[in-house]
Order: sequence, then structure tokens, then C-alpha cells
Amino acid sequence: MLWLTCPLCGRRPIDEFTFGGERRPVPDWIEGDDARNLDEVWNFENPDGVTTERWFHAAGCRRWLTVHRDTSTDTVVA
Amino acid sequence: MNGLVDTLQPLRWDEPKSAYDVVIVGGGGHGLATAYYLATRHGITNVAVIEADYIASGNTGRNTTIIRANYGIPEAVRFYEHSLEMYEALEAETGAAILHQTKGLIWLAHTEMALRSERARCLMNTACGAETVMVTPAEIKELCPQIDLTGGGRYPVLGASHHLRAATARHDRVAWAFASGAMARGVHVIQHTPVTGLLRDGDRVVGVQTADGPIAAGTVLSATGGRVTALAAKAGVRLPVRTHPLHAFVTNNFAQSFAPIVSDTELFCYVSQTERGQMLIGAEFDAQPSYSRQSSFAALRSYSYKVSHLLPFLRNLRILRQWAGSCDISADFSPIMGFTGVDGFLVTTGWGTWGFKAIPAGGEGMAELIATGRPPALIAPFALDRFARDHVLADQGSTGTR
Repeated sequence: MLWLTCPLCGRRPIDEFTFGGERRPVPDWIEGDDARNLDEVWNFENPDGVTTERWFHAAGCRRWLTVHRDTSTDTVVA
Repeated sequence: MNGLVDTLQPLRWDEPKSAYDVVIVGGGGHGLATAYYLATRHGITNVAVIEADYIASGNTGRNTTIIRANYGIPEAVRFYEHSLEMYEALEAETGAAILHQTKGLIWLAHTEMALRSERARCLMNTACGAETVMVTPAEIKELCPQIDLTGGGRYPVLGASHHLRAATARHDRVAWAFASGAMARGVHVIQHTPVTGLLRDGDRVVGVQTADGPIAAGTVLSATGGRVTALAAKAGVRLPVRTHPLHAFVTNNFAQSFAPIVSDTELFCYVSQTERGQMLIGAEFDAQPSYSRQSSFAALRSYSYKVSHLLPFLRNLRILRQWAGSCDISADFSPIMGFTGVDGFLVTTGWGTWGFKAIPAGGEGMAELIATGRPPALIAPFALDRFARDHVLADQGSTGTR
């Protein structure tokens, strides 16, 4: 079981959280408003490695937190 | 030992050539089926399927082998219904015993709301050719006597939709049937050869870089599962796909026969019996994306909780094996097949938790697209540019996996 450290509640099991998706900028090489909007809405970096993502502590303090997670092993880093 | 122990099928493995008309990355069901239909339907045999590990070692060998067509949008129902019919004829077509068995699938509803949406799906599915009817709790008990209709006192069963021609087949045999059929016609299947990059000529993709050297290709098709985002990125293609793990497990043999496939609108779990008598159980994919194929105790606990409420006899069985696969979940929960906007580079991806049932129709459609340069009507709606055209095929409710 994966555990996340909530700044308010401490170390809690991942069942208490709702996944809020990866945080990523639209790559600079994508040009034009439509293409950038499309990328922002639909595409994912889907990295095989460390990713920055948002989680919502739904069954706890109901705050959003930022998590760095390694997707190749599904472990939380730093 | 029993009669299901496989006899050895000698396959002739070829050394890779330096160039092919078509290179397919990924030796799973979709890659092999595309090669098979290129060879049999279109006479295109200068084709290589390049697999990083052994064929069907990815999600083709890890899924729960359910073949059904009861989806939520007409485009999907027509496509999967065609695939279901192709599966029914696959043993006759390939001459390979894929252990196809029509079982029917009951999809349980525990709330009035779920009953309403199942009723709507029955009408829509039947109208599109995938016969589905509503059944009462008494009829469910007749179809599957092992069900506890009170759901352990917690999830009472109010009714279900019954998808009559749902089936299962032996997954690795499906891959082998397509592989041997394609290889017999001259297609090269190259195992244990990871594709590390794409060869570019300007904007065009003109081949693949492998661990053993470059291979030129007129067309490159990505049929990979799990690593498609990284491969597509090498062509400058970005995909609306996230890769999530999905777990499954089997129990020891259940002495009675368990006739239908049981699925659930609320608990997102599905249970069937393998041809060896084991109970095969899967459920929702993990909330967070990951490429890890390490299954977990958390998954066992959550899946067991769900299915033992519906089928209490499972509590007396023992878990033999558990495993995980990598599911490419597309943003709208429908597959992505066809052109990418980059010349020479096609994808068949976004197969999430619904890829096995689509292997014949997906392979046939992609083969026709490669041979003619035009997507056949059945797969045309699933093109990648649907997101830019705002023709999204939202069908999450029909996946049964989240």
C-alpha cells in the first residue's frame, strides 16, 4: 500500500486521497493557441519516472497537496 | 496432467532483415493480428512484428480474457460486436484451438439508477446488434446459483443486464494463432528485441532503431501497450493516454461449473471461470498512473472484499497467483486507432482495460488502413484527431473498471 504524507494529517494510506492528475506545462515547441489548448486539455506527459502530481485528501483534511512520485515503481519520492 | 497442456508448436523464427514494408512495434494481440490480416486479407507479407520480450508477454497475456460488445455508444458497440463475431469464427479461420467459449455476461445493478442505465444500455446494444436483455433477481439466480442476491447484506442485487453472447478465450493461444498464421505466410516475428527509437527523415518516420540495429520501414505501426507515450514522443506525437496498473488473480480449482461471466456496475469487479476451473477475478485499475507491474496486497484485499460479497463461495477458495498489467487509459476511455499526423507513423493504442476483446477487429481494421491508406468505417471514429475535432467518444461507464 502506498502512503502519502499530508502536511496537516501526517502519513496516511492512499485510500484516503483522490488522484488529481499530473502537473505539467504545455511544451514550448507546441505553437498556436488551438494546439496549446488541445495539449493542455487532453494530452499527458505520462512519464516513466518521477512525476509531480496533485492529490486531494478527501477522507481527511480535504486539502490539496503536491506529491512527487516515481511512476516506474509507484513509490513516493521526497 | 490434463488435455489442456499444450503440444509444442514449432514456429520458424527469422533473423531480422534491414528493411520491411511494414514494421509493427509490439508482439501482442493487436500487433500480431494486424500482421496476420495484412498477410491474409491484403497479401502484404514483407512485414515484421518486433517484440521487446516474448510474444503476448505484455497485456495480451495478463488480461482476464472477456469478450463482450455491450458498450455505451453506437460506434463502440458496432466495433466490438464485429470483433465478438470474428472471435466466434476464429478457430475455423486459423485452425488453432483458442478455447473460445460463449458464456453470457450478467452485469449486476444494485441501485435504481444503475438499473435505469442498464435498461438504456440493453436497448442501445440490442439496436446495434449486441443482444442484451434485462433479467430479474430470480432469473439471475437461475443463471448463476452461486450469487448471494443480498450482496452480503450490503449490496442487494436489484437486477442485471444479460449480454447473451459474451465469451472467453485462452489469451496466449489467440496470440499464437495470429503469430503462426502470419509467420506461415512470410511475416517475420522478432522477439527479445526492444525498439529504442524511431528513424526520421525530416518529419517522416522511416523505420525503427532496435537494440540490434536499425530497421527501415515504409510504415511503422505502434501496437505497444504500456510504453506507447514514450515511443510516440520520439515521432513528436503527444497522446491523450495515461498508463495505469490493473491487477488480477486466480484461485485454486472450483469443483462446480460457474456458467456466466459476472460483472458489477457498482463494485467494478468481474469474475469468470477459466477452462481449468480456476476462478479468475479482476477489478478496477489503480487511481494513479504507474508502469509498475508489481501486484499488491492492497489490490488483493480490495478485490476480495468486493467479489466475496457477491459470491460468498469464493471465501473458501485459495488465491494461487496474482499479477498486474499496464493499461493505456485514453482520456475518453475509447481506443485510438489510425493516423497520427506524422507520415509513416500509425498507432493502435488506448486499449486500456478493453483491448483483448478487440484484437480481431482492431487488427483487421488497422491492416485495411495500412493496405489502402483509408480507415474502414468501423475504426474511423476512433482516430486520434477526434480530440481536436471535438468528436470525443466518452464511454467510461462501459469499461466496468472504474
